[in-house]
Amino acid sequence: MATVVENVQPVTLSNEEVLRYSRHLIMPEVGMEGQLKLKAAKVLCIGAGGLGSPLAMYLAAAGVGTLGIVDFDVVDFTNLQRQIIHATEDVGRKKLESAEESIKGINPFVNVLKFETRLTSENALSILRDFDVVVDGTDNFPTRYLVNDACVLAGKPNVYGSIFRFEGQASVLATKEGPCYRCWYPEPPPPGLVPSCAEGGVLGILPGLVGVIQATETVKLILGKGEPLIGRVLLVDALGMRFRELKLRKNPDCPVCGTHPTITGLIDYQEFCGIRGEEAPVTTKVPEIQPEELKQRLDAGEDIFILDVREPHEYQICNLNGYLIPLGDLPKRVHELDSSREIVAHCRSGVRSAKAVDFLRQAGFRKVKNLAGGVLAWSDRVDPKLPRY
Amino acid sequence: MKILIPTPLRQYAAKNHAVDVPAKTVGEALSSLTSQYSDLRRHLYTDDGQLRAFVNVYLNDEDIRYLQKENTPVRDNDTLSIVPSIAGGCCRGGCCCCPR
Repeated sequence: MATVVENVQPVTLSNEEVLRYSRHLIMPEVGMEGQLKLKAAKVLCIGAGGLGSPLAMYLAAAGVGTLGIVDFDVVDFTNLQRQIIHATEDVGRKKLESAEESIKGINPFVNVLKFETRLTSENALSILRDFDVVVDGTDNFPTRYLVNDACVLAGKPNVYGSIFRFEGQASVLATKEGPCYRCWYPEPPPPGLVPSCAEGGVLGILPGLVGVIQATETVKLILGKGEPLIGRVLLVDALGMRFRELKLRKNPDCPVCGTHPTITGLIDYQEFCGIRGEEAPVTTKVPEIQPEELKQRLDAGEDIFILDVREPHEYQICNLNGYLIPLGDLPKRVHELDSSREIVAHCRSGVRSAKAVDFLRQAGFRKVKNLAGGVLAWSDRVDPKLPRY
Repeated sequence: MKILIPTPLRQYAAKNHAVDVPAKTVGEALSSLTSQYSDLRRHLYTDDGQLRAFVNVYLNDEDIRYLQKENTPVRDNDTLSIVPSIAGGCCRGGCCCCPR
């Protein structure tokens, strides 16, 4: 397999670099020739988050000469459970700056190019143009399809990885002979069919596993060695520690990489994913009560029934002593509620409970309100001792 | 035959990660699955009975779209895998309660 690096210019390694990469240099599969390809290579990492963290760190360690990073986000405390390129002291800092510092700490020879922007149809092709390989570490469908299409149009391989809770997928897409993301999944799921929030969360280690698989594939593409995951998908089940492989075929009728492509330019991916023009969220349509007012009325001894629609494991983290009926169980447990009482429904941030209030009102409940902002707002404004999560 | 249920859909299949069903074809196997777990149906099929474009079904390691689709014959020791698209991150995009 040939390298994907376009210009293996006459780069050389200094004595310091020779020592640094000695364990690569003494391997026939890498050797001086391979290490020079790594140094000449330019890899674009889209996202410096869960997948991007281990990816960028290992590519830096391996001696990839230029790492471009696209990320517009700021380090959040909840990122630290998995985004290991960022440290505790980086909370509040731009992810790009924090990532650059970690990369330079690992390997000062790496040239870091920062793109502090959201990747869009307007900028994607010009950003991708100067790179040899693109690694997709994003977390939403519109960007996945945008990256795919841009890679096909720009002729850059897309080292794909994605995760959900404790399962992951990895593949190498958008090569000339291989399939692209649309060959695999022609259409995204409509927003209404995403799994419920209650089933969210992610095993912190999982993007570590999948991100390093992506780094491995990237290095192999640069070296032109081994068998990349072209035409194959690796499925990772971290809980069972099982790795399975599925065949991925190139679709000759694919609208973007097929023999007669109908998509020859980048489109509106929000619209493609059905997100633009979506109805206003239910939160704006149901009666609400602010945390301060609820606190006041409870302190005054008013008889208010607090309904908690979160999941049992969330109740264990913190609660307002509410009556727990997870949102998914509400339809079959609605008879446990007394519609003659005043009910305030809450969840973590107020969105699930808004759906609960909407459901109850449609079921005939007249005295039900949504706690605006949920336990997060309660912790923020009424009782800071309540942990935020 | 065994049907492997992916994580995002286990909540609609009584949290099972695999379900055993008797079947002679892929279509029969999926039909048996959605009869047992009717909540799964709308996640796998559109209103007019087509398999959804963001859910792929594999007979062992081969995509059924490149076999005989739902008419693909199956044997007792075959495995059917349902593999929906996932986007990464802690929830799919558009989620409500996750930190963003």
